[in-house]
Amino acid sequence: MNAPVRTARLRLPRPLLLLGLLGLALLVAPAFVGSYALSVLILILYSAYTGQAWNIMMGFAGQLSLGHALYVGVGAYAAAALFVHYGIGPWAGMWAAMLAAMLAGGLIGYLAFRFGISGVYFALLTIAFAEFTRIGFDHITWIGGSAGYFLPVKQRTSSDLLDLRGAPAMFYYVMLALAALAMAVCKALLSSRTGYYWLAIREDPEAAQALGINTFRYKMIAVVISAAMTSLAGVFFAFYYNNLFPEQVFNIGRSIEIILGPIFGGLGTLFGPIAGAIVLTLLGESLRSATSALGWEVPGLELLIYGACLLLVVMFLPNGIWPPVSRWLGIKSRHLKGGE
Amino acid sequence: MPLDLVVNVAVGGVLTGLVYGLMALGLSVIYGVVRIVNFAHGEMMTVAMYGAVLLYTRLGLDPLLMIVPVGMALFLAGYAIQSLLINPFINRPEHVQFMLVIGIAIIIANGLLIGFGPDARNAPVSYAMDSFSLGPLLLDKVRVYAAGGAFVVAALLFGFFRYARTGKAIRACADNYVGARVVGLDVKRLYALTFGIGTACVGAAGSMLALLVDVTPSLGPSYTLLAFVIVIVGGLGSMAGALFGGVLIGLSEALAGLFFAPSAKSMFSFAILILLLLFRPQGLFGRRA
Amino acid sequence: MERLLDVRGITKSFTGLKAVAGVSFGVAPGEIVALIGPNGAGKTTLFNVAAGVYRPDEGQVTLGGERIDGLRPDQVCQAGLGRTFQNARPFAGISVLDNVLVGALRRDGSVRAARKRAEATVERLGLWPKRFEPASTLTLPDRKRLEVARALASSPRILLLDEVMAGLRPTETDQMVALFRELNAQEGLTILLIEHVMRAVMALSRHIVVLHHGEVIKEGAPDEVVRDPAVLECYLGEEAL
Repeated sequence: MNAPVRTARLRLPRPLLLLGLLGLALLVAPAFVGSYALSVLILILYSAYTGQAWNIMMGFAGQLSLGHALYVGVGAYAAAALFVHYGIGPWAGMWAAMLAAMLAGGLIGYLAFRFGISGVYFALLTIAFAEFTRIGFDHITWIGGSAGYFLPVKQRTSSDLLDLRGAPAMFYYVMLALAALAMAVCKALLSSRTGYYWLAIREDPEAAQALGINTFRYKMIAVVISAAMTSLAGVFFAFYYNNLFPEQVFNIGRSIEIILGPIFGGLGTLFGPIAGAIVLTLLGESLRSATSALGWEVPGLELLIYGACLLLVVMFLPNGIWPPVSRWLGIKSRHLKGGE
Repeated sequence: MPLDLVVNVAVGGVLTGLVYGLMALGLSVIYGVVRIVNFAHGEMMTVAMYGAVLLYTRLGLDPLLMIVPVGMALFLAGYAIQSLLINPFINRPEHVQFMLVIGIAIIIANGLLIGFGPDARNAPVSYAMDSFSLGPLLLDKVRVYAAGGAFVVAALLFGFFRYARTGKAIRACADNYVGARVVGLDVKRLYALTFGIGTACVGAAGSMLALLVDVTPSLGPSYTLLAFVIVIVGGLGSMAGALFGGVLIGLSEALAGLFFAPSAKSMFSFAILILLLLFRPQGLFGRRA
Repeated sequence: MERLLDVRGITKSFTGLKAVAGVSFGVAPGEIVALIGPNGAGKTTLFNVAAGVYRPDEGQVTLGGERIDGLRPDQVCQAGLGRTFQNARPFAGISVLDNVLVGALRRDGSVRAARKRAEATVERLGLWPKRFEPASTLTLPDRKRLEVARALASSPRILLLDEVMAGLRPTETDQMVALFRELNAQEGLTILLIEHVMRAVMALSRHIVVLHHGEVIKEGAPDEVVRDPAVLECYLGEEAL
């Protein structure tokens, strides 16, 4: 009796398949959706990106930053100033933005970690710096002060990628590229030595030290990378909206918006911030459509619901929505807390 | 700059600072005992302020007299929040508790926005423009009354924690959670009580602050931050520290507003906070944790 | 004989209380030395000084001829000193294998090489079947094994074990003892252990140092130490062989 012939089957792992489908859908989206939907997609990608960047500090290295709007703002103003005053485009300006943010983050990190500040106190320190900068920028007239800083908008029929002036579709692809880049960077980091060391530091800094991990160095790395990544969102922000007001850009509300996605989606996971960004943005937009369709003009309702969602998630899904969703999708995820 | 002006502004700052101090006292009590960082503190203050404003504009009741009712109302609210929302999560990691409280803060702030709209409101009492004349000093009546009220409430609180049985029980919880439970204290109930007392302080402070400042729904975060600055300056867990810190911050804000731009006065407070976090995180009166 | 770990004249006080006073002893390469003494004798404080958690008020600690006192804990580990904690502290949220991998990364720069070393260590310590379980789900004996595996994976020249037998049943204790004997015999691993479980102390150590009220009151071969009247007096009530 012959043994049955084994047919070799090419079986792609599920997560890769789903990711591929998602990627494909995102690539062709502008051809199929209207401009409103496109702007919503851009918002989702933006939230996913900033959430991912913040997640590096919190979810990976365990440092709670409630002043991340600082890096968005610093990046935005740096790139905008170079563009408005010297005509330097965003592709060069972004390096200045990253440098500025890294300095800011580095300063905060250095002060905090050298002096042993963590937990609540660290969070307060980050808030204090963001607020300090907000009020400070209100008084710097060279970049507009409280009256605002405006980027020249030129009417162009074609998209100018070099100066980031143009159609929404162009901005969409830029944001998509950024988000994809963030994912790739995070994935690489997570599976690297740095990623493992961050996990250890997050879990138990003392035990980590006993294993030869220089906690100061790795926490600084997390802060600096997170700040640099976040600053690119600021550059995008500046060139997409074309106006900057310190009151809005550095606002603590902005910092809170950044953290909602990852907390909601799941800290420390690769897809958590993305899942969170998708759900929260869609929730917000549908609320807005629903209320305007009903003729209610209720400022604050959207945020109220966000707050309630945050509460519910914290109370019942402390690891975020990604763990149950990923189980439902049949994906096994590493680096989750507890018996996931 | 005439000395009279400086002194007047300084004294005004001190008086306002006492009210700030009372607000910070509430935060200090909460953090000192329950170990929860109450990011919704400023929002509760805002609720109290709106309460006082409403009571005045609808019923003509003076905010100073409303200290007790508003304080009581906020006590109940705080008690409820702690029992229903926070106590079940008392053993979760810090950032989870943060998020819980931030969620509460967002709900309150936006609830106020929906309910009252974004425009500023205030309680224009009849004596709002009057002042006491004390030699070269010209003291706003509202400030003096508010400061006086704050002082009285703070004194009552001192007495409570020092002499009342429940007060001592609460202090026991703060010092030693396990020990308190071993001795049979119902820690969760005491936590709820403490949170309630903390928010009652905020309620009283808010009622008084309504006399001094206009209220908008977005006032919350800046007062939360202010409370934190004061508590850290004065020292977490130290009641005297909270009052002293409040006075110090009130003073520095007033003087900064006078010598620099009024809008830059909070920058000073933040700079002080940053310096303190770095060099003396236990504050001026606090004990090293 | 050249000492691998040399502790000389270590004194450490905490707000007026002298936890360790003028303690000196050494551990030769390939030796297993036990540090015993009643609770509060200063044993863990001594460990913490050696491991870099505390800076000694006086005295010095050298490892392989180089001074390590006053260095940060991670620097001490880099110098070749591995340690476990009295209450085992695994990285609860990640798997057993990943825990050990973190330890292995000290030696191996690449995650791939570190994982190989981690796998070998996990198998050595008998944790292979549980390697993908989150560390938080482990039983006490397994947690202790994980603690040891993790420290071992960082390729230390000397391993400091802090009451690693506490809470284990006699059979589990014997297993641990056999493991350390093996590591010592096959790889020449030098061990300094704090222990209350005399069964393990007698079975493992070649040399015992007795600490009481922060001072060394006796040191020598196990049989000598165990019969010494001064030691017996201070050690009343402890589990004896």
